[in-house]
Amino acid sequence: MMETFSLLPLEPVQWAWGVVLFWLALGFAALLLQRVPQLLSRLVFPLGALGALFIAGVGVAGLLLPASTIVLPIGLPDLPFHLRLDALSAFFMVLLGGAAFGITVYASGYFKSMAGGPLALLALWYHLFLGGMVTVLLANDAYAFMVAWEVMALSSYFLVTTDHKVPEIRRAGFLYLLIAHVGAISLLLTFGVLQGGQGDYTFDTMRLAEMTPFWASVAYLLALFGFGAKAGMVPLHVWLPEAHPAAPSPVSALMSGVMLKTAIYGLLRVTFDLLNIQIGWWGTLALALGLITALYGVIFAAVQSDMKRLLAWSSIENIGILLAAFGLTLIFYTDGKGALAALTLTALLYHALNHAFFKGLLFVGTGSVLHATGVRHMGHLGGLMRFMPWTAWLTLIGALAIAGLPPLNGFVSEWLLLQAFLQTPGLTQPYLNMVIPVAAATLALAAALAAYVMVKFFGVVFLGQPRDPALHEAHEAGWPERLGMLWLAAGCVLLGLFPAQVIGWLAPVVSLLTDQTLVNDGNWLMLAPISAERASYAPLIFFAVVAAVLLLTFVWVRRVYHGRVRRSDPWDCGYPEQDARMQDSAEGFGQPIRQIFEVFMKVERETPDPFSRSPHYHGASLDKAWFIFYVPIARVTNWLSEQAGRLQHGRIQWYLIYSFATLIFLLVFTTR
Amino acid sequence: MSLTYHLQIVNLLAALLLLISFAMLSQRRIAGLITLFAWQGAALTASTALVAWSTGQHHLYYTAALTLVLKVIAMPWYFFRIVKKLDVDRDVEPMINIPTTMLIGIVLVIFAFNLALPISELSGTVTRSTLGIALATVLLAFLMMITRSKAIPQVIGFLAMENGLFFAATSATYGMPLVVELGVALDVMVGVFVLSIFFFQIRETFDSLDLKHMEKLKER
Repeated sequence: MMETFSLLPLEPVQWAWGVVLFWLALGFAALLLQRVPQLLSRLVFPLGALGALFIAGVGVAGLLLPASTIVLPIGLPDLPFHLRLDALSAFFMVLLGGAAFGITVYASGYFKSMAGGPLALLALWYHLFLGGMVTVLLANDAYAFMVAWEVMALSSYFLVTTDHKVPEIRRAGFLYLLIAHVGAISLLLTFGVLQGGQGDYTFDTMRLAEMTPFWASVAYLLALFGFGAKAGMVPLHVWLPEAHPAAPSPVSALMSGVMLKTAIYGLLRVTFDLLNIQIGWWGTLALALGLITALYGVIFAAVQSDMKRLLAWSSIENIGILLAAFGLTLIFYTDGKGALAALTLTALLYHALNHAFFKGLLFVGTGSVLHATGVRHMGHLGGLMRFMPWTAWLTLIGALAIAGLPPLNGFVSEWLLLQAFLQTPGLTQPYLNMVIPVAAATLALAAALAAYVMVKFFGVVFLGQPRDPALHEAHEAGWPERLGMLWLAAGCVLLGLFPAQVIGWLAPVVSLLTDQTLVNDGNWLMLAPISAERASYAPLIFFAVVAAVLLLTFVWVRRVYHGRVRRSDPWDCGYPEQDARMQDSAEGFGQPIRQIFEVFMKVERETPDPFSRSPHYHGASLDKAWFIFYVPIARVTNWLSEQAGRLQHGRIQWYLIYSFATLIFLLVFTTR
Repeated sequence: MSLTYHLQIVNLLAALLLLISFAMLSQRRIAGLITLFAWQGAALTASTALVAWSTGQHHLYYTAALTLVLKVIAMPWYFFRIVKKLDVDRDVEPMINIPTTMLIGIVLVIFAFNLALPISELSGTVTRSTLGIALATVLLAFLMMITRSKAIPQVIGFLAMENGLFFAATSATYGMPLVVELGVALDVMVGVFVLSIFFFQIRETFDSLDLKHMEKLKER
């Protein structure tokens, strides 16, 4: 297409499109290679991973270089694909490439035991999915955007239903497809409003369109709904806890880590770039929805006992945090507080990047556990740290990062966001001034609960004693898996240790959207948003202190404490024997949360009879949103279709009467 | 001068058409129905030929010939054969009793005449006054389809409806272009063949041509 023999003078957008084509070719080559599955996992996926790394490089180049565009001669006759790579797209491309590289390297090991045919199809959908996501980021007209968006949705649907022989998985896939398409319709309408009657669907035209506040609000609300459906905003989140456990782990990692971010990208693109006005209440709405989503997600994460479902709910929580940050950015921006908007947006982008890394890491970690044990339910796991040290330690890094502990990356973004919340007294609207501290408290609660969730996740799966004798057979993940996890874990650590540098790289994006950049009042070692007197964070020093304390404690315990002679009681402190069934279970750990937040859930409990010989306990905390929003919609639809079904008598005379009545009606009313 | 006589005759034939429609509505036996259908075709042929002669629209002669061959000779003969083969020439009990049907028919005719009045004023043809009758024929044929429960009367009703439309076309605009007429004739022929295949299939499946058995096909 655009490739010439001298590749160097090409612009970043052309490189990016080249990678998309490469992935497409790779996907279709995979179909031809289905007779040799070894080649598929050893060649196709590593090559795909290289493509992802390349995309990350292109993204870095895009952050440094000015925006570049191309028009591709594909698509409809009058509507070619317009592609554009600006700083915002470039940032999300770094996110995509960085996370997808680790995940795809992992996938090359994870899928190696699959049979040729299904594996070839999976490789096809996988690379189409990657290509679709990159094209979503590149699209510069509504048509290309929708095509790429649908490619992304459909290929991920096929990835979710990889094990399509299981009915629950088909059901999960259908739910995902349904909500994805409801969202896509809403996006289509958004673009319809955005083009403002000019009939030209390029983003360039939309940027210039002058919208009235009413129509701009309509476009914003439609976009919030459409992108919210993809991101998993409450109450459109129901597909996430179903689809993520159904999909193979690298796919869940990619969907949760990267795909959800394309929705955030779209929201930023439409609100700050395509719309020419922004209104304050939009931000308040997004903030409220985001906080609800965050809290709702983390509460449900706490009561899950399926590890992938737990991570899916945790993704909902993180999307909530991102939405809240988005809302706060809008509030600051419309209030004329450019510097604070820049701070919040930096926190948002940083958190999106972090989430891609640690959630990707955690999902592939569960994939290794699943491969080793074949179990997703945490009640049958435990003590895996002894058998799978690599997986356990690397997952621990991810768990600590998502829990927001310094010096890892999760802390940096959440800290930045809380800093932004603490700056709200500067706002000119008194009501917001009063309400936002509550919002900050909610966010802090969600962050604390996230840590609780991670203690549960890591503790139940990896610590303690194995709850099942079969777990002694658990085997460590292979080298490609370890490498993939290592990459993602390294991302978590480095993003946590060098925030000042990362924020420097984010500056072009932030200035593109808010016309201002975050001023780092510190130096390369220290992060100090707005002003150093107020708050600052020096992760390297912090890390050094943590490491020193750890080392000292270790030495003290090993050399001094254990060095002494110890006596132990004959009664063994009341623990004469302790077995795996005496450990705290996943349900038990979540019990307090379930008690406190019972209003949010519909709890199903089946307790055993005290005299039962084989006691059986069953407990499930169901999502109330399902019963409040979805069941009534399904009922109304069903009722309407039943009413329409009454027209169907099966007697030909009745059908003739329908035609006859229609004929008479039309004759009477059209000849008036 | 002769045009007035011709018009009188065309009006007479139109009245005959309407009369035959009512007769079909009241006819219980299938064989009688087929005969009536053939007579309706004959009246249509005569009126079309007369209009062709009096107005000098030569293509209408072809139309008249086509009608004669198809609707007076071929189809009635074919239907008689089917009836004999399927052995279904018995009394047909209509869904609504015949006097009521006739009353509904009269209401429909009044409705059709009312409806046709403003339309026929727009038309520039000499035969425009018969438009109401044509419309009434269509509606009556439709009514017959609704009130019969057996398959063959329904098909005849369908064809009678086509006759009415045809007559409407002739009276309002001196017929459609010949190509269209040929197309419609072909459609009717193919339709009859397809439906006759259905007769045999329905008969084979339900041992009867009574369409009420087809209620079983409804999705529960």
